[in-house]
Parts: sequence; C-alpha cells; structure tokens
Amino acid sequence: MLLPCVVIFALFIVWPLGKSVSLSLHGSDLFGRPDAFVGLQHYRDMLGSAEFRHILWVTFAFVLLTVIPGVLGGLAIVLLLEQHIRGIRIFRTAFALPFAFSVASASVIFATIYNPAIGLANGLLGRFGVDRIGWLTDPEWALISVSITTVWMSIGYNVLVLSAGIGAIPTEINEAATLDGAGGWRAARFITVPMLGPQLFFLIVISTIQSLQGFGQIKILTPEGGPEQSTKTLVYSIYHTAFANNASDFGAASAQAIVLLVILLACTAIQFGVLERRVHYK
Amino acid sequence: MRKLTVGRLVTYAVLVVAALAVIFPVYYVIAGSIMSPGQISAYPPDLFPHGVFTGNYEGATSTTAIGRQYLNSILQTSVITLSQLITSVLAAYAFVFMKMWGRTLLFGLFLATLMVPWESIVLPNYLTITGWELGGQRLTTSYAGTMIALVLPFLANAFGVFLLRQSFLQFPTELRDAAVIDGCGHWRFIRRILLPLNKPALMAVGLYVFLAAWNQFFWPLLIGDNANRRTLQIGISQLNDVEAADPGLILAGVTLSILPTLAIVIFGQRFIVRGLTAGAIR
Repeated sequence: MLLPCVVIFALFIVWPLGKSVSLSLHGSDLFGRPDAFVGLQHYRDMLGSAEFRHILWVTFAFVLLTVIPGVLGGLAIVLLLEQHIRGIRIFRTAFALPFAFSVASASVIFATIYNPAIGLANGLLGRFGVDRIGWLTDPEWALISVSITTVWMSIGYNVLVLSAGIGAIPTEINEAATLDGAGGWRAARFITVPMLGPQLFFLIVISTIQSLQGFGQIKILTPEGGPEQSTKTLVYSIYHTAFANNASDFGAASAQAIVLLVILLACTAIQFGVLERRVHYK
Repeated sequence: MRKLTVGRLVTYAVLVVAALAVIFPVYYVIAGSIMSPGQISAYPPDLFPHGVFTGNYEGATSTTAIGRQYLNSILQTSVITLSQLITSVLAAYAFVFMKMWGRTLLFGLFLATLMVPWESIVLPNYLTITGWELGGQRLTTSYAGTMIALVLPFLANAFGVFLLRQSFLQFPTELRDAAVIDGCGHWRFIRRILLPLNKPALMAVGLYVFLAAWNQFFWPLLIGDNANRRTLQIGISQLNDVEAADPGLILAGVTLSILPTLAIVIFGQRFIVRGLTAGAIR
C-alpha cells in the first residue's frame, strides 16, 4: 500500500536530489547536458563571483520585502476584524479573495496595472500630479513592484490562518480580560497576539519558504530578471542558468539548486530554533 | 449596540481602505474585461465600465488557445488530484492500521520529502522525463506524452499522507479490530467505513491538491512546447507577452482562468482553512 508513494518519491524526489548533487559536480556541453567531472568548480566560481553575491542579496531583500509586510499586514487586518466589527463576514471574504488567484493570474493583472504607458498605477498617480514611475523598468522599483504583487497574493492566506487561530482562542480568556477592564487594543496586545504565537510562527516559516521559492511573479513581471538584474533571485537564476538561450548550463544551475536547498533547510532550522522558544503554546 | 466612538470610526475607516486596496485588483480584472479597448486605455483612467463590452471574451476565446488550455488544465488537475487522494489514502491507511517494522522511520522519511524544494530537483526531473520515450518518440513530442509528463512527478505527495494519517488516527482501533474479526477485509473496510467517516479530511486534501495543481507554474512552463499543449496558467501568462497592446483581452482571459478557484475560495472556505492550517494549529 505504501508502494505507489514510495515509487513516486524515489523516482521524482530522492533520486533527482542525488542527481542534482552529481550534476553540480559536472560541466555542461553546448546543449547544457552534463559532460566532464569538474569537482567543486561550480561552487568555487559561484562564491567568487560578484554576480552571485548580488543574486543572494536580491533573494534576501525579496524575502524581507514580502514576509514582513505580508505577516504584519495580515495580523493588523485580523486584529481590526476582532474589534466586534459589523459585516465581519463580508470583510473576511474580501480579504480571502486574493487567495483564489494563481501566481500567473495575479502577476498578469499587476503587469497590466504596472504598464508604463496605459497602466492604471501611473494613470492614477498622474491624476494626483505625481510623476510616472517605471514600476517594472526602474531598477529601484522593480523588486518593490514584484514584492507588492507577492504580498497581495499572500495576504488572503495569512488572514485565513490567523482568523482560524483567533477562532481557536477560548472565549473565557477574553471575557476574563474584559471583566478586568482590558478591552480593545490592550486585549489585542497582551492576549490575542501572544495567543496567536503558533500561527504567526507558522506563517513566518511558510512565507519565508515561499518567498525563497518565488518564481512565477518574477518571470512574468520582469521576464529578464528585471532592469539591471534587480529582480534576479536565486530561483530565477536557476531557471535562467539552465534554460537561457545560448548559455544553458545544467551543471552551474544545479550548484545553485543545491545552494537553494541548503539555504531553505538552514532557514527552517534557524526559525525553529530561535522562534520556537519564544512562542506561547497552549 | 456599541456606541460609535472615534476609535471605532478609525477602525472602520482603516478596514474599509484596506479591504478596498485588497479587492481592487479583483474588481479591476473583472471591470477591465468588459471595457472597450478605447475605454481601458483612456487617460485619465476610467474605473467604471460603460455597459458590458463582450468583445474581449470573444477575442480571448477565438484568437487564443484558451479553450484548449482550459481542457488541458482540467485534465492535468483532475489526474493529479485523484491520484494523490488514492495514493495518500493507501499510505495513510498503512501507517495507521498496519503494524510493520520501521513504520515510524518511513513516515519520518515521507515528511522529509516535504522539505525538498521543487526548484532544487526540477532540473534532473526535466532531464529524466524529457529523455523518456513513448512508442519510439520522445515523451514530450506527443500530446498524450506531454500530459503524462505534466502529471507524473505529482502523482503522490507526503502532505496528503500526513493530513489523512492525522484524521485516520482518530478512528477507534477497537472498531477496526471488530470489523476485521467479522471478516471485513482491507478494501471493504476502507471503502465502506473509513472513507465515509473521513469525508472532511478527504475534502480538505482534495481541495488543497486541486488548488496547488491548478496553479502550478514552473513545471508546466518547462513541459508543453506549443500553445495547444500548454496549461491555462502558462497560456494566460503568455497573453501578457503576445497581446500586450490589448489589456481588455488579457483581463478577459484572466477572469476566465480564475473562475474555478474563485468558486472554491468563496464556497469551500471552510474546508480550505482546515487543510491549509493543519500545520499551524496544534
């Protein structure tokens, strides 16, 4: 009964993992296919290259620009919804809507909005007398624009998770707080937020992992990795190194894939180690 | 009813503004899809459609391969969803009800596969699957082969196994033992007793897998080398390149593509929350 799962996992996860390591130790022929064994050459090249440091920096900046606004924004919305709001179900559904959008559909909508000539973003700015912004063409803005799209996509999920968490807080706790005179924001600050610890922790881990793996929005909004490579994250670089026209190199791309794997595992381990101790569990 | 204080007014104001900001792209994609070409690119931008212009939908369905891509996506998504449900039920059953040596260790290994990011094993999988042959031809040169290549790596996933195992563990072992003593075999027990009693968990896994498969981007981008073999997600992302001058048509395509997931988010929220937050609530 375990056989179907074991076969699929072995064939498409475990074996490729080993193969990735092996590819990363090989050079590539003209068509990007592996040829001679080159040892750790790809890793040495990577660590010594300014371009790779730039890629890591972009990846890190992208994580910060998406995880922090996404989780804090979701938390703010959920706390506001908790203030005994009327029409709470309408608000909840509204905030959950972005969750229905795939990476591709959300990115295409934002690409239309960001369009430099006829896009809505510049059109609206123009109305208020603000200069046009090169949302996706200005190196200063491209990563921010991609991050805005990403935050928009993740906010629905964050609200769903945090709402479910709030629903699980025993009502007696809040009643007791109200009796003691702690209402509204004091209750939110000292009761709701600490009780949401596990959910916030989960969201930070999940969002970080998802940001590190973000690809569709970067590929669609900034097809070449952005102006001056300003949106070239590690995952985009793996794709670009392996499938770019004329310069396909599966060996070097696999070395980057292994770096991605190590970074993801390290992040998860650090987050569990550091954050878990400060989280309140019921 | 509570008194309307300044604080509450501010709460409402912030929520309304936040909700509008989150809903705006959703509104814009639908409103823009029924605007005439002249209206959507008007300056200053016009936010409200003048009547219903159906030309964008006619254009999207006749000049692009969206209809075909819709079918491809439905096929790909249903095969993946069905297969994952079946493989997950089997594996979860074995983990819960069958005593065997190394069960805990194997389950740990299953969970470990969830830590491996797809992007770090995508290259070997690409080399493997595009290297396979079907009837003397490379797999991805035929339509059937392309569909097989699209779904093959995703026929099983440890997340479904994990979620169903949690649910099956609630089942009283005495009841199961009684059924077995009465001569009820594995298959009969699964079909007649276990599955009907675990419908919510099955729904949660099913919807989760459906959404993930429907929204896939990286893998379908690599497989499928002509428009008729693309999935819907890749199709709409390419509208963005091909039809850049016609935002109305792009938005019509996106609107069509989000209908199934929008329906799931609005009507299936309960199950989604259960599936998605399974890791967050302890």
